[in-house]
Amino acid sequence: MSEKDKVLIALVSCGSEYAGVQKELESAASTLNAKLVYPEMDVASLDTIGMEFGLEVASPDLKLMMARAKAVVEGVAKVDGVFVTSCFRCAEAAIVRNEIRRYIFQSSGLPVISYSFTERTTAATLLTRLEALTTIARRKHLLAREHQVGITAGVDSGSTTTKAVVMKDDEIIGEGWVPTIKVLESADTALQQALDQAGLKKEDIQAIGTTGYGRFLLGEHFNADLVQEEITVNSKGAVYLADRQQGSATVIDIGGMDNKAISVQDGIPGMFTMGGICAGASGRFLEMTSKRLGVEITELGDLAVRGMQKNVEMNSYCIVFGIQSLVNSLAKGSIPEDVAAAACHSVVEQIFEQQLQEVEVKEPLILVGGSSLIAGVPKALGDLLKIDVLVPPHSQLIGAVGAALLASGYVKG
Amino acid sequence: MAKVIIYPTNSLILSDMVERFGHEPLAMMEKIREKITTIGVDSPPLNITPEGPKHGLKYAAVEVPAGVRGRMSIIGPLIDVAEAGIIVGDASISFGCMGCARTNELTKFLIREKDIPVLEIQYPHTEEEGKAFVYNIAEFLKALPSGGDDE
Repeated sequence: MSEKDKVLIALVSCGSEYAGVQKELESAASTLNAKLVYPEMDVASLDTIGMEFGLEVASPDLKLMMARAKAVVEGVAKVDGVFVTSCFRCAEAAIVRNEIRRYIFQSSGLPVISYSFTERTTAATLLTRLEALTTIARRKHLLAREHQVGITAGVDSGSTTTKAVVMKDDEIIGEGWVPTIKVLESADTALQQALDQAGLKKEDIQAIGTTGYGRFLLGEHFNADLVQEEITVNSKGAVYLADRQQGSATVIDIGGMDNKAISVQDGIPGMFTMGGICAGASGRFLEMTSKRLGVEITELGDLAVRGMQKNVEMNSYCIVFGIQSLVNSLAKGSIPEDVAAAACHSVVEQIFEQQLQEVEVKEPLILVGGSSLIAGVPKALGDLLKIDVLVPPHSQLIGAVGAALLASGYVKG
Repeated sequence: MAKVIIYPTNSLILSDMVERFGHEPLAMMEKIREKITTIGVDSPPLNITPEGPKHGLKYAAVEVPAGVRGRMSIIGPLIDVAEAGIIVGDASISFGCMGCARTNELTKFLIREKDIPVLEIQYPHTEEEGKAFVYNIAEFLKALPSGGDDE
């Protein structure tokens, strides 16, 4: 499939046309040169699909979803990816959505994502997810890249920090990390830091890739060869840095504002979720915790490792309530070590409850993003899942490294 | 002539029967037709914009999924003006199908809650049941004010 080909995405949905989001779905798809298609199925099969699929539900539209999923798996509908979606807060649909996603992915190997919408869901919210889906379908050759060649740079414009790396023949020779204030200026500073460390000039860079929230703006600014969302880039960067490019892996990225869980096979993302109902499951909560405890964010991890999370009751489902329970526990005499441990546990618990229920966790579990450097976080995650958590070197630079690696596919000669 | 809300709300057979007996069927198809033929900025398939679920708040609380509220923004106003109702239970999908079970529950509840004559009848599975089904609906429709006979 070439860059110009339209990517066909099967829309397996319940209620999207009644919730007022259909136009947003269509709009996000057309931005990415993709087309939403509706897998055809036999109407008579709606009477039997429940028993056939093994899931008896009351809503006919959910039966329709199952029948459409079957049409995709059996190849009746020729598509490049699948978008499974239903209303947010509908328990019946949530069960069907998750099982359908698992079924399609396991039975067809097609990239598939699921999302629950409200009437406020916009095309911009859907864009990153659909972009990852279309990339997997369209740029498989690029994702197969295992080595970085030539001199390339990657810039990751995150919600909290902007990261940049300069790489040369599979080695990071310069890195920059600054808080994101003004997107362009922060990116310029981060890249300059990386170039200075590498002892190179901007002209020496043979290809550049941008990712993160500010990727489109930076892509234009740097005239980037690759502008790519963070799900693809981060999963590629994670398996590259962890040296697990072949086989299966699970990547968890706890960013400054959101988090992602990605199931990866041979370096290519399969199922993934991106979320965080509230910033309670992000680095921002840990940042606020360290501020309240009067320690630097870099010290929070060591503090947490020395504490016992069980001594403090905390659930940061909402960042405001999370901080409230933190303040309450300190007022009751809890020691900072226990509070720090509870904060780390709370973040990973939320990721476990919200994200890891939706992707299959296959070892190794690679934890990346700035929060992975806070020692209490990988420890809490390992304790919760009872498996070893792998934090690769430069895990905080994951997006920038992934972008530099993938951009090297554009190095000429 | 009475305004009769039907359930399933998109049943062509029920809608036709109501019309044959001189009443006005309140059915989803009419509303959808109105939506897709009214000139506006937005396009099909159903011309439901994010405003739909907001209008649906009149019938279902904000914690009810957007898809239910969007459907209720179409069905709710029909129930509001209904003077009689026919609810067919356990109907086959080919008889009329409402996609969402939660919307169905709420629709039936709102029809029952209204102080109007309502006929509740089970979907037939045999010829005998079929005859009784048509007879009962016909009798109900005839008994409504100014109901005519198609014979």
